[in-house]
Amino acid sequence: MKKKELLQGNEAAVRGALNAGCNFFAGYPITPSSEIVHGMARLLPKFGGVFVQMEDEIASISAAIGASMVGAIAMTATSGPGFSLMQESIGYAAMTESPLVIINVMRAGPSTGIPTAPSQGDVMQARYGSHGDYPIIVLAPASVGDMYRLTIDAFKLAFEYSSPVVVLSDEVVGHMRESVSLPPLGEKVECKGKVKNLFERKHRTGLAHLENGLPTTDLGEYRRLIERLFSKFDDLKPGVKFEGQKDAEVVLISYGSSYRLSKSAAKLLLRNGISTGVLKLETLFPFPEGEVRKFSKSAELVIVPEMNRGQLVKEVERVCCCRVKGVSYYGSLILPEELAKIVEVLL
Amino acid sequence: MKYAEYLRQDALPTLWCPGCLNGVVLASFIRAMRKSKIDRERTVVVSGIGCSGRMSQYLDLFTVHTTHGRALAFATGIKLANPSLNVIVFMGDGDALAIGGNHFIHACRRNIDLTAIVINNRLYGMTGGQAAPTTPEGEITRTSPYGNVERPFDLVKLAISAGATYVARFTAYHVRWLEKSIADAIMHKGFSVIEVVTGCPTHQKKKPADILEFLKSNFKRSDASFEEIRPSDIGVFKKEIRPEFCEKVWGLIL
Repeated sequence: MKKKELLQGNEAAVRGALNAGCNFFAGYPITPSSEIVHGMARLLPKFGGVFVQMEDEIASISAAIGASMVGAIAMTATSGPGFSLMQESIGYAAMTESPLVIINVMRAGPSTGIPTAPSQGDVMQARYGSHGDYPIIVLAPASVGDMYRLTIDAFKLAFEYSSPVVVLSDEVVGHMRESVSLPPLGEKVECKGKVKNLFERKHRTGLAHLENGLPTTDLGEYRRLIERLFSKFDDLKPGVKFEGQKDAEVVLISYGSSYRLSKSAAKLLLRNGISTGVLKLETLFPFPEGEVRKFSKSAELVIVPEMNRGQLVKEVERVCCCRVKGVSYYGSLILPEELAKIVEVLL
Repeated sequence: MKYAEYLRQDALPTLWCPGCLNGVVLASFIRAMRKSKIDRERTVVVSGIGCSGRMSQYLDLFTVHTTHGRALAFATGIKLANPSLNVIVFMGDGDALAIGGNHFIHACRRNIDLTAIVINNRLYGMTGGQAAPTTPEGEITRTSPYGNVERPFDLVKLAISAGATYVARFTAYHVRWLEKSIADAIMHKGFSVIEVVTGCPTHQKKKPADILEFLKSNFKRSDASFEEIRPSDIGVFKKEIRPEFCEKVWGLIL
C-alpha cells in the first residue's frame, strides 16, 4: 500500500536504489549529496548490501566498478567536484561496459563554488567529462518522485545497455521535501537484466580490446569497438513529456528543477493568451533529438531555461529550426513570473 | 613445471622489453599459485597501468586491467562484493606509490584481504624512464637530469606504518624466497604487501645480467626490527593477525 509521506529527493534516491536491488554502494560524502551516502550507510546492511566509505571519489567509483564486475548491483553518489574526480573512471566503465549508477547532485561551481547553492552546470560534464569518444546515458529528475523513479530506471538502463548511467540531479531536487506516494522500502523492482559479470568475460581492460577482452591496437578493431559502444543506444527510448497546447507558439524545453519553473511560467503565459507548451526532458543523453524536433516543429520560439550559462540550449539549437533562446540564471532559482516576463519580451 | 596452463597463449608474446624482469615476477607468481593450491576459478588478478599493468592480460585467470593508480580501489570493490574470491593486485612503484599512494595507505589501514605485489624498478618504465617516488636520491632520469633531489619512499616501512599485516621485500634475483612469500601472502588473511625490487634494462641502460648481479650483491636477507630496516634489506618484516575488513563489513549484514 502506498501512503503519503514527506520525503527529500536524496532520500527518495536511496529508496529507489534499494528497491532496484542495489547491493553495493561506495561513496565519499559531499554536499549536497551526502544524504544519499547517509541513507545507504544506514540501510544497505539491513538489506543485505555492502556500504563502504572510500578515501575519495576516485576510489569510490573504482570500487563500485570493481563490485559491478563481479556481479554486484552497484552505485555511487556525489556532487560537482567529486563528479569531476570520477570522470576518468566513468570513461573506463563505458569502455569496459560495466553497469553502474552514478548520482550527481549538482551544486554551484566552478571549483568549490557555493556548496549549498543550486546549479545545473554539469550537463556537459555529464556527457563529455571523460576523455575520448564514448556514449553515456544521463537522466534528469525534476521532483522527489522523479528521484525515486529515475534512480530505478537508471539501474534498469545500466543493465540493459551494460553501461554507466548518470542521474543528474540538482541541489533543489536533492534537498527539497515533497509529499509523495512511493512504493515502500523493500518493494523490490526487478531490474537486473543480463548481468555480464567478470566470470562471463575473462579479461576487462580500458584499452581498446577485442571481443574476448584482450587488448588490440588494430585500428579496424578499435573503430568497430567505438562504433559498437555508440550503436548500443540506437534503440533507447528517451524519457520526454509534453504538456500544454499542441502546436504552441512558445515551447519551453526544460529539465530538473528548471522544469518546475517552466511549468508555472507556462501557466502565466497561457493566462496572458500566449499559446505555450512545456517539453520535459528526463533523458538528457543520448539527446532526444527526434522528440525535441517533433514538439518544437511549429513553434515560433523555443526557450531553454537553465541554471547555468547555457549548456543544453546548444543541443536544442542544433536540432530546432525556429528561434531558440536560453534563459540563464544560477546560484538560485528564477521566479516563474520573471521567466514569463522574459519570454514575453523575447517573443 | 608447466607455465603454459596459466598463460593466455593468444596474448603472447608479452610486450615487455627483452631482459625485463617482469617475466621473472610472472613466473614466480605462477609457481606461487600452484604452491598455495588456491582455487584458480576463484582467483581474480587486478593490475594498474604501466609495464606491470600488463601482468593481468597474460594470466589465464579472471583478470582486470584498471586505470592508473586505482588498482587497489577496484580490487577493494571486487573483494568486498565477493569476499570468497582470492584477489591479487599487481602494481608498479609509480602506480602504487605516486598516483595510487592514497589508495595504498588506506588499503593498508583497512587491512582488507588482498595481496598487493608491487614491482619496483625505481622509475617509470612505460612512459620513458622518468623519476618515481622510489628513485634513489641523486639518480639521473629523464625528469631528474641533474640527479634526483627527492627522498624515496621505503615501501616496506610505509606499508607497516599504514597498517598492512603482511609485509615483505624480495628481488627478482631471489626468486625462491619471492615465490614462497607470494604463496604465504596469498594465504594470509589481511592486507599483504610484497615489494619486488627489479630494474629496467631499457631505461637504466644496464644489461639484465648486471641488474641481477646488482640485486644479488646489494640486497641481504634480514629480520631487522622496524626501526632498523634498511632499503637494501629483504625478508618478511611483518606478519600479524588483525581483524580483516570484509569480515567486519559483512558482519554488519543481517
